Amino acid sequence: MNILNLFIVIPILTVVGIVLTKDLKQSRLVSAIGMGVQMILSFILVYLYLKERATGNTAAMLFTYDALWFPTLNIHYSLGVDGISVAMIALTGIVVFAGIFASWKVTYLPREFFISLIILASGVFGFFISVDLFTMFLFYELAVIPMYLLIGIWGSGPKEYSAMKLTLMLMAGSAMLMVGILGIYFFSSPDHTHLTFNLLEISKIRIPIQMQRFLFQFTFIGFGILGALFPFHTWSPDGHASAPTAVSMLHAGVLMKLGGYGAFRVAIFLMPEAAHEQAWIFLILTSVSVVYGAFSAAVQNDLKYINAYSSVSHCGLVLFAVLMMNQTAMNGAIVQMISHGLMTALFFALIGMIYGRTHTRIIQEMGGLMKVIPFLGVVYVIAGLASLGLPGFSGFVAEMIIFTGAFQHVDVFHRVITIVAASSIVITAVYILRVVGLLLMGPIKNDHFLHLDDAKWYERISTITLVLAITAIGVAPFWLTNMINFSLAPIVEKLSAIQITSLF
Amino acid sequence: MNFSDILTMRHELMLTLLALVVLIIDLNLHNRDKHLIIPITLSLFFIHTLVGFLPVDKSVLFGGMYRTNSLLVMMKNILNVGVLIILLQSVTWLKKEENREKISEYFILLFSTLIGMNFMISSGDFLMFYLGLELATIPVAALAAYTHHNTKSAEAGIKLLLSSALSSGILLFGISLIYGSTGSIYYDTVMELYQNSPMQVMAFIFFFTGMAFKISLVPFHLWTADVYEGAPINVTSYLSVISKGAAAFILIIVMFTVFNKLAPIYNHILYLISVLTMTIGNLFALRQKNMKRFLAFSSIAQAGFILLGILGGNILGMTSVIYFVLVYIFSNLGAFGVVSAIQTVTGKESMDDYDGLYATNPKLSLLMMLALFSLAGIPPVAGFFGKFFLFASAASAGYYWLVFIAVLNATVSLYYYLLVVKAMFINKNETPLAYFKSDLATRTGLILSGLGIFILGFWSQIYEIINSLSFGIIH
Repeated sequence: MNILNLFIVIPILTVVGIVLTKDLKQSRLVSAIGMGVQMILSFILVYLYLKERATGNTAAMLFTYDALWFPTLNIHYSLGVDGISVAMIALTGIVVFAGIFASWKVTYLPREFFISLIILASGVFGFFISVDLFTMFLFYELAVIPMYLLIGIWGSGPKEYSAMKLTLMLMAGSAMLMVGILGIYFFSSPDHTHLTFNLLEISKIRIPIQMQRFLFQFTFIGFGILGALFPFHTWSPDGHASAPTAVSMLHAGVLMKLGGYGAFRVAIFLMPEAAHEQAWIFLILTSVSVVYGAFSAAVQNDLKYINAYSSVSHCGLVLFAVLMMNQTAMNGAIVQMISHGLMTALFFALIGMIYGRTHTRIIQEMGGLMKVIPFLGVVYVIAGLASLGLPGFSGFVAEMIIFTGAFQHVDVFHRVITIVAASSIVITAVYILRVVGLLLMGPIKNDHFLHLDDAKWYERISTITLVLAITAIGVAPFWLTNMINFSLAPIVEKLSAIQITSLF
Repeated sequence: MNFSDILTMRHELMLTLLALVVLIIDLNLHNRDKHLIIPITLSLFFIHTLVGFLPVDKSVLFGGMYRTNSLLVMMKNILNVGVLIILLQSVTWLKKEENREKISEYFILLFSTLIGMNFMISSGDFLMFYLGLELATIPVAALAAYTHHNTKSAEAGIKLLLSSALSSGILLFGISLIYGSTGSIYYDTVMELYQNSPMQVMAFIFFFTGMAFKISLVPFHLWTADVYEGAPINVTSYLSVISKGAAAFILIIVMFTVFNKLAPIYNHILYLISVLTMTIGNLFALRQKNMKRFLAFSSIAQAGFILLGILGGNILGMTSVIYFVLVYIFSNLGAFGVVSAIQTVTGKESMDDYDGLYATNPKLSLLMMLALFSLAGIPPVAGFFGKFFLFASAASAGYYWLVFIAVLNATVSLYYYLLVVKAMFINKNETPLAYFKSDLATRTGLILSGLGIFILGFWSQIYEIINSLSFGIIH
C-alpha cells in the first residue's frame, strides 16, 4: 500500500475507533494512539523522502498514487509529495498530536469533539498530499466545515457568532476558489481535448493570459482568505478567540497554512504571468496584513486576541514572501509556515493551559505567573522569543530568509515594501515583551493564583513536542531548507523564465 | 399491442395495475383491517421498482406519441426510488387513527401522479406531454388537501389547484402557438421546423413559464411556500422532490431537443431566472422558522441551481442535472424524513423545537446534519459532487460569473442550513423533544436516504452511467 494512502486511512480508522468507545478516557486514548501513529508516519515519510532523493530520484512528486475517479471529467484521486508538502505534513503531524494532548480534559461530548478534530486533521493531510485540484478542493472544504461544530459547541465567549462568521467567510473563499479551479480546468489543455485537474500536467502548459488575469484574482483571494489576507482576515481573531484550545492550535497552526500553500501551489505556480502582473496589489495588501496585524496585537488585552492578530501578521508574511517569487524568499515562506505553525500552536496550547488555571485571559488581571507555574512560564517565554525572531529558534531562520530574499529585488517598490514589512519585527518584539512582562513578571495580583498547579504530564507532552520541533529547526535549519530548496528550484525556474511585465 | 409493447410501457402499466389493485383490496377489506393495505402496497411498489430496473430497448409506440429509451427509463427509476422512500416515511403517519379510512386514497392519488410523470417523461408529442402533466398535477392538489379538516391543508389544495390551472393554461397557450407556427405537435417535427421567428420565441416563453410554475422558479414561485406548509408533510416532500425532479427532467429534455435552436435566446432568460431564483429563494429561506416553509424556500433556491446545468447545454450539463436531481432526492428526503418523523410523533415542526435535539435523538440529528450539508454542497457527502458538476457544466459554457454568484448563494444557503445544525447541536434547551424510537418503515426510509447521501458521491459509476446515456445540444 502506498504510504500516502495511510494518511487518509489512519484518520478514518481512528474515527471508527472513537465511535466504538464509550467515554472520555477511551476516546482520547484512541485519538492519541491514532494521531501518534500519524505523527510517526509523517516522520517516516520525511525519512523515506530524503532516502529516495539521496538515491538520485529527481521526479517532481514522489510516492505518487493515481486512481481514476470520474473518467468523463478526468478527475483522479491522485497523491504525491515533494519536499514542501513533506515538510507541511510533518508540521501537521506534530501539531495534531500536540492538539490531542492539549484537549485531554474535554468533558462535554468528548467523542464528538475528537471525531470532529480528526476529520479536520484528515482534511488537512488530504490537502497536502493531493496532486489533483478536485480532491485538493474537496479536502479543503472537508477541513473547514468541522470548524463550525468545534467552535460552536466547545468554544467560549461569542462562540456562535464567531463560528458562523468563520465558516461563512471561509466558504465565500471557497466560492472564489471554485471559480478559479473550474477556470483552470477548462483551460488546462490548449486544444480543449484533454482537460485535467492534475497540478503537474497543468503546470506544463500555459493558460491564456487573459484567463490568467481573471482567474488569478479568484484563486489567490480564495486561498488568501484562509491565509488571513487583509481585508479578509476578520474571521481569524474572532474565530481563534472563541475556539477551544486544540482547535485554535490546529487552525492557526495548520489550517491557515492551507491558504499559503494553496496560494503558492495553485495560484502562482499555475498562473505565473498573472502572478507577476498582479503581485504588486497583493504585496501591498499583505504588507498591510503584516504591519496592521502586529499593531493590533500590541493593543489587545485578551491573550487569544493577541495571538490571533500575531497570526494575521505572521501569515501575512507568508503570503508576502510567496509573492516575492524568488528562490530565497519562497523558501523563507515555507519555513515561516512551519515555524509559525509550531510557534502559534505552542502559544495557543499555553494560553489554553493558563486559562484553564486562572479562568481569565485578560493580561492586566494576571501577573507574576512565572513564580507559581514556572514550567508554563518558561515555555511561554520560549514561544515568545521564537515568535519575535531570536536566533536559535525557528522564527529567526524564517524571517531572516524571507527578508534576505525580498531584498534581492533591486527596484524601489520592492525595497520600500520590504522595509515596511520588516518593521513588523520591531512591533512584534513590543507586543511579545509586553505580554511576557505583564503576564509572567511583577507581583502576583490575585491570591487565588498562589495555589495554581504547574503543567500536568499530558500538558508537558504537548508543549515539549512543540518546543523540540521549534528548537530543532532553529538550530539545524539546513536539512529543512535543503529539502524545500530541491523542490522549489524547478518552480522558481518556471517563474523566472517568464518575461516580467510587472507594473514595477 | 403485443407483449413486448407491454414490457416497453411497464412503468405506466404496472402503476395503473397497482392503483387498481389497491382500490380492489380497499373495497374488500373490513374497516378495521384497512391498515393491511400499507404493507401490501409497499411490497407491490417495491417489486414495481425492481422490475423498473430491467433493461429496455429503445422503442416508439402509438405513432410517436410515446417513446422510451434507457435514459428515460433511468429517470423513471430515479423517481420510483424516491417515491419508495417517501412511502416508507409516510407509514407511521398513515397508520394514525384519523387517516385510517383514507389510506387507499393516498396511494391511489400518489400513483396516479406518478403515472402522469412517467407519461410526461416518455412523451413524444405535446399532447401526451399535456395529458401527463395534468395527470401529474390534479391528484397532487387532492393530496395536498388530504387532511381537509385542517384549514391550512384545504387552503394548500385549492391554492395548488388554482395556480396549476393557471400555469397549465399558459403552457397550453404556448403549445397552441407552437402548433400554429409549425403545424405539428410532434417533438421531432417541431424541432426541425423551429425557425426562431418572434411568434415561436413567444410560444417558447409561454411554454417555459408554464414549466417554471411547476419547478417553482422565481417569479413563478409564489404558490410554493403556502402549499408546502399547508400540505401534509409527506405530500410536501413528494411535491418538493418528485414533482420537481420530474419537471426538471422534462424541462431539460425539451430544452435540449425541441427548443435546441433557441439556445442562444433562452440562455439569457435562463441566466436571469437562475440568479433570481437562487437569490430570492435564499433570502426568503433565511428568516423561516417553520421547518416545512424553510425547506420549501430552500428547495426554490435549489431549483435555481438546476438551471445552471441547462445553461451548460452540453452532455456534461444534462448529466449534471440528472445526477443533481438524484442526489437532491436523497438529500431532501433525508431532511424531510427527519422532519416528518418528528412531526408525526410529537406534532412539532418549528425550528425552535429542534433546540437541543442532539442530546435526546442523536441519530436523527446526525442524519439531518448530513442531509443539510448535502443540500448545502459540503464534502464528503453527495451534494458536494452534485453541485460541483453543475458548476462545472456552467463553467464549461463560459458562465464564470454565474458560477460565482451560484457558489456565493450556496454559501448563503449554508448559513440557514447551519442555523438548523446550530439549533440541534449548540442551542441549549431545558425541555428538548423527548427521545422516541421510530418504527421499522420510517427507519428503513431514513437509512436508505442516509446511504444515498453517503454513497452517491464516491460511487462515480453512477455518474458515468448517467453520462453514457445523456446528450447535449448539437450545434
